[in-house]
Amino acid sequence: MNRGLVLALLVAALTAATSAAPPETMSVQVRSGQVRASASFLAPVIAEAPYGAAMAVEQRSPPWARVRLADGRTGWMHESALTRERLQLKAGSADVAAGARAGEVALAAKGFTQQVEKEYRQQNPALQFGWVDRMETWAVTPAEAAAFLKAGRVTPAGGDTR
Amino acid sequence: MNSRSFVRHLAFLLRPPVAAVAPLLAGCQTVKVVSEGVAAVGVATGQITEEQAQSIVRTGESLGSAMEQLTPENEYWIGRAVTATILARHPAYDRSDLNRYVNLVGQSLALYSDRPETFGGYRFLVLDSDDINAFAGPGGLITVTRGMLRLCRTEDELAAVLAHEIGHVAHRHGLKAIKKSRWTGAFTTIVVEAGKQLGGADLAEAVRAFEGAIGDVTQTLVNSGYGRAAEREADAAAVRMLRRAGYDPHALIAMLEEMDRRLKPGGLDFAKTHPDPTDRIREVRSLIGGLASVPPPAERQARFAAVMRGV
Repeated sequence: MNRGLVLALLVAALTAATSAAPPETMSVQVRSGQVRASASFLAPVIAEAPYGAAMAVEQRSPPWARVRLADGRTGWMHESALTRERLQLKAGSADVAAGARAGEVALAAKGFTQQVEKEYRQQNPALQFGWVDRMETWAVTPAEAAAFLKAGRVTPAGGDTR
Repeated sequence: MNSRSFVRHLAFLLRPPVAAVAPLLAGCQTVKVVSEGVAAVGVATGQITEEQAQSIVRTGESLGSAMEQLTPENEYWIGRAVTATILARHPAYDRSDLNRYVNLVGQSLALYSDRPETFGGYRFLVLDSDDINAFAGPGGLITVTRGMLRLCRTEDELAAVLAHEIGHVAHRHGLKAIKKSRWTGAFTTIVVEAGKQLGGADLAEAVRAFEGAIGDVTQTLVNSGYGRAAEREADAAAVRMLRRAGYDPHALIAMLEEMDRRLKPGGLDFAKTHPDPTDRIREVRSLIGGLASVPPPAERQARFAAVMRGV
């Protein structure tokens, strides 16, 4: 066997090994999972995936994960937005129907939900949920954060917002 | 509760080995008990065998120790209620320029934490209180008192306080305070398809469990503290975050020294819930290592001084 053939076989074997690894399925664990064009919070958002959506993770590059979207495009999500746990399924979604067929039950009411808060609020009118609602509207975008840091001459160690 | 609903509840309690255990119990028509003590009561009344009881106890225990059973969405609803409870004790400080500034510092820092994304995101609010304190609501709703802000002499010191609280959120320290006994109520609430509403008795049980969990977390935040190990973790997270973002991690030491001077042992605020600052200072110093302290540039100090006027 000549050296060229050995090398070719080796390359083929290595290629097979990497391409054979199936993408891992992870669930979005934030209310609105943002898929970005590259592995940075400053990269543009190319798609949003709702809580519980299953994502095909093709590559891990901590703290980022490359995901493949249903339309074939790829993008990047921060790992903290994903979990290996299977989260609740949305009522009426295709996932629910599929889950029911597979004999799985959607564990929607598990623990604490909006309905539980509503009941709790009615029972405890002194609690200041109004301020909590207001505070939730105070989002700072990654671009605003970067501009704020720059204006204060706060220079991130990596030279960029992660 | 009839036997059917017991099996339904129990199947939920026993997840994931549902398939193995549920059929075993489905044939048991007379079991009428649920929640804590279920196995003991079942055996005592001859309704289940010792072997079946052991199986229930084992799975129940593994569930009880698993904080992970709470979903990120559950964490979000708990954090909202905990923060609404804190706001009933300490009113919000309604100054939009200050709250915006604190959110810019805090949310910028959160991008550099080990957990930049949570279900609802990180949000910050100043409390109109002279106490020296800050609270990390699960999921990222962080509140900080005017008294604490007055202690900060630079933006870097404010960043150090907020980074420490973000560290508590990232490590889910608040959720760890929830007593194991709450799980029974929380997790026996039923199995329904997503989007469907809970019925009367099930809803009441879920609300009771919710109330208990909120009480556990609030009690820990306000009275008992997370404990030394959790404070150490939050300090370490803060040092990493400050360094990555570009703030001076020595600001955390400066804040701890200031608190050591201001707080009286046996005081009612931060002193009550946090270990001796001198121990923490020593540990933070060793985490920072030889990195030199850098004074904040003029632009940063100017915007800090401007927004803090009147606080």
